[in-house]
Amino acid sequence: MNPHGIGMNVLEVRDLSVTYRPDVRAVRGVSLSVGRGQVLGVVGESGSGKTAVALAVLGLLPERTKVTGSVRLRGRELLDLSDGEMSRIRGKDLAMVFQDPLSSLTPVHAVGDQIAEAIRIHSGATRAAARARAVELLDLVGIPDAARRARAHPHEFSGGMRQRVMIAMAVANDPLAIVADEPTTALDVTLQAQVLDVLRTAGEAAGAAILMITHDLGMVAGFADRVLVMYAGRAVESGPVEDIYRRPRMPYTIGLLRSLPRLDGTSGRPVPIDGAPPPLNALPPGCPFTPRCPIASTACKDEEPQLLPVGRPGHAAACVNTPATRDSDAVFPLTAAPDLFTPDGPDVATRARTSREAVLDVKDLHRFHVEHRSPLGRGTGSLRAVDGVTFDIRAGETLGLVGESGCGKTTVLMEILAMTRPRHGGRIEVLGEDTADLNGAGRKALRRNVQVVFQDPFSSLDPRMRVSAILAEPLRTHGFPTEHIPDRVQELLKLVGLEPSHAGRHPHGLSGGQRQRVAIARALALEPSLILLDEPVASLDVSVQAGIIDLLEELRARLGLAYLFVAHDLAVVRRVADRIAVMHRGRIVEIGDVEHVYEAPAHPYTCALLDAVPIPDPVLERKRGRVRLPDVPPDAPRLENGCRFRQRCPRYLVLSEESRTLCDQEDPEFRAVAGEPDRMVACHYALGVSA
Amino acid sequence: MAGFLLRRLANYAVLVVLAASLAYVLAACALNPRANLMDRSPRPSASVVETELTRLNLNDRTPLPRRYLTWADGVLHGDFGHTWEGQSVNGEMWRRAWVSLRLLLGGAVLGGVLGVLLGAFGAMRRDRFPDRAATFGSYLLLSVPVFVLAVLLQYTAERVNAMTGARLFAWVGESTPGAGDGTFGGLDAFADRVRHLLLPTLTIAFGQAALYARYQRGLMLDVLGADFVRTARAKGLTRRAALLRHGLRTALIPMTTYFSYTFGMLLLGSMFTEKIFGWHGMGEWLVDSISRGDVNVVAATACFAAVTVLLAGVCSDVLYGILDPRVRTRMR
Repeated sequence: MNPHGIGMNVLEVRDLSVTYRPDVRAVRGVSLSVGRGQVLGVVGESGSGKTAVALAVLGLLPERTKVTGSVRLRGRELLDLSDGEMSRIRGKDLAMVFQDPLSSLTPVHAVGDQIAEAIRIHSGATRAAARARAVELLDLVGIPDAARRARAHPHEFSGGMRQRVMIAMAVANDPLAIVADEPTTALDVTLQAQVLDVLRTAGEAAGAAILMITHDLGMVAGFADRVLVMYAGRAVESGPVEDIYRRPRMPYTIGLLRSLPRLDGTSGRPVPIDGAPPPLNALPPGCPFTPRCPIASTACKDEEPQLLPVGRPGHAAACVNTPATRDSDAVFPLTAAPDLFTPDGPDVATRARTSREAVLDVKDLHRFHVEHRSPLGRGTGSLRAVDGVTFDIRAGETLGLVGESGCGKTTVLMEILAMTRPRHGGRIEVLGEDTADLNGAGRKALRRNVQVVFQDPFSSLDPRMRVSAILAEPLRTHGFPTEHIPDRVQELLKLVGLEPSHAGRHPHGLSGGQRQRVAIARALALEPSLILLDEPVASLDVSVQAGIIDLLEELRARLGLAYLFVAHDLAVVRRVADRIAVMHRGRIVEIGDVEHVYEAPAHPYTCALLDAVPIPDPVLERKRGRVRLPDVPPDAPRLENGCRFRQRCPRYLVLSEESRTLCDQEDPEFRAVAGEPDRMVACHYALGVSA
Repeated sequence: MAGFLLRRLANYAVLVVLAASLAYVLAACALNPRANLMDRSPRPSASVVETELTRLNLNDRTPLPRRYLTWADGVLHGDFGHTWEGQSVNGEMWRRAWVSLRLLLGGAVLGGVLGVLLGAFGAMRRDRFPDRAATFGSYLLLSVPVFVLAVLLQYTAERVNAMTGARLFAWVGESTPGAGDGTFGGLDAFADRVRHLLLPTLTIAFGQAALYARYQRGLMLDVLGADFVRTARAKGLTRRAALLRHGLRTALIPMTTYFSYTFGMLLLGSMFTEKIFGWHGMGEWLVDSISRGDVNVVAATACFAAVTVLLAGVCSDVLYGILDPRVRTRMR
């Protein structure tokens, strides 16, 4: 052991500043340190500079980026090193795990070779020895049948498995420190916890310090020892994880924690932080959070506050007004759910569900994707993307459609939007009209009533059109009187909480949240009765998410809309939806009232999904025991008979041999859950269903 | 993968038949061998013209479908008919195909390799002096017609020859007659051939390299900021090693298609180079036979072109499969 290693931080960053060309000050004087075996979480929203910190530590910033300050690994300064010298440290003493496992592995090399390469670069081991070690590492990160899988290429792995490969690569040379940049953001919730476990175990095996960079407060809560919160390129609060979550002192941190939707429902309604972060190339003087801060005073505008000790030892916050932040509730007061169903609004919500008109009725919908073609062009193998989906949405109601990526949620949405006879069977009725019977004109007329909002407002708005033109387009298409269009555009902007001046802007002149508001306004232009929302908040920062969700709820109450809310985030769905449908491999496995399903999930898959959602509270999060869902690789044989879920089912595992035969042989049918109307579940051994 | 290739081959075969047939019909309609024959001096008699045309299956008084069927029947039996001079097209085509291949192979390969390296090099030093110089150079080469480039090279070679006093370069034909009679026999003959190849090879290589460099630079720029290149650097590869081992390897994949097809087209399209350097290859043959109204030769060269494109297609499929594992899975 290195004599300097004792009692010394492994990774020490002092006063780091990063300036991208031409003059974007991404990081301004950040200091941090991580000790051996410790985990430091760096938390911030997009544009806070957290990734720039990670890349600066690794020396991987784009060329001609100005970096000042100091980065020391075991006392050795890294910023002065040339690329050649740095490359002897990177991958050996200092390793990194990147965000997107789909693009972070070279597509043309076998994964075993890619890991072996990391070993051979630094140790000069023989090819055979490095390959053998690569297989060992794959085994360590939990890849089954590692020897065979080492010869496979990245596209033959699922996202979670690829991230495991990345971790195997990172720990291949027993690094001193691992920098992980959003390692679980691109993964399904069911995999996040598992990948974090792998990272923790692998990190512990190597005795490495971990710098965990993320926007997800829930994820860090159970993983990090210390947390550093970044805003506009500065560290604004740092401290032990318990202090940050339980006693945050910087208004921004308080706001971030308050804006999180939570599964456990302990902290009331999420509160949005109004406004957007300042532009990094033209920072105003003073605290950059001032414009968004509810307790800002004139002193805030004079000078940027330093990170100073506050509260318990080790806790520091950059705020001039720390006495005022002692009580979090005083900064961002929690509001009880406002009574959105105003007397003059439609009273649809109060009437019984079944007595309301069905806005959308989907019956036994099928959709296959042909995978292989025979020489004659006939489809031979097909993937059942949607395999018998049935649900309905009543007026004024929100149905949340959840499931992991690839379960067929988006395909369902696209089939509804097509408004034709479903190609592979099924029946879709919109407002009582069967889409199979529609002609061109009828379809166009019906489209007015069904609008859509997509996930990414950056790509779903035409960058060359002004906001006014974007909002006018649906009106013009459907023959809205031209002279009234400008008024209607203004009305729509007001409806979604934008200023009249926004009409003249282009989408790139708006923030992410504002863009999504434009997308919502566009969907509202024709006064539809049903809006399909495809992950409408997934690409937004948490502080903005809450605002968009509030807007959606308010609009629903005021305009009597019905939503189909497709999402992977179960906490968000709980906030928004009345009913929830859980999809797995093209089927709905459980559907019912949100309250009932979340309180007492009947299907093992629903249980596992709920279990996987992290709670943004370090104490609660660490106490939880979790059910792990095994990840199924894409080339696993497909199950044709019996229950599709049994390969991954935790309940199947504990069943006796003879009880299992039912799961192996019979496809479970939808059955009602005792005592609950409109609650269905497809499991032979569902909880609350008499067998 | 074999099944996939067979399927592709069947598709290509249909295309070849269509292309060749269309080319024949077009050539038979557009060219006028009768006029050419009549223009001969001494002017042949009408009956001689008639029998000569009929013998060569070029008689425009025979209905076009009949002529086509006669030709197609011959082609199916491996016989492309006779040239204007009455020689067999087959023999001449093979001879000329080999000449073209000898002339072009070196230039195409050299041009491809040079172009890829230059493009990758330029992308890695994007917007710095080497990149700008490479960009300027390739635009210059692309905008200079081949015949100008060839003549410039010839002029330079002449100066070099004059300065050194030795015959370093030669640029007429494939070889000097009697070159193999010297002291070293076969070795001399070989050296003579290489000498003759130098200039045309350079001419072709320059043009090709300029084109490939532009494409490769674009492809390389795409992978420059790719996540997997960053991963490779994070493992401890230097920027250059990461770009060459991971970036270039991936960016090369789309080039295989481009290279295969360009080479296929080059076999016919190098008439300028062949003419200027006095090589009697396919390109020259096509141009000459069009001006002579030699329908059979035009149809045969069109057939040849179609088959080279087919082979290029198959080659690119195979190469793609070898280089890209993702395609291999899809091909199953």
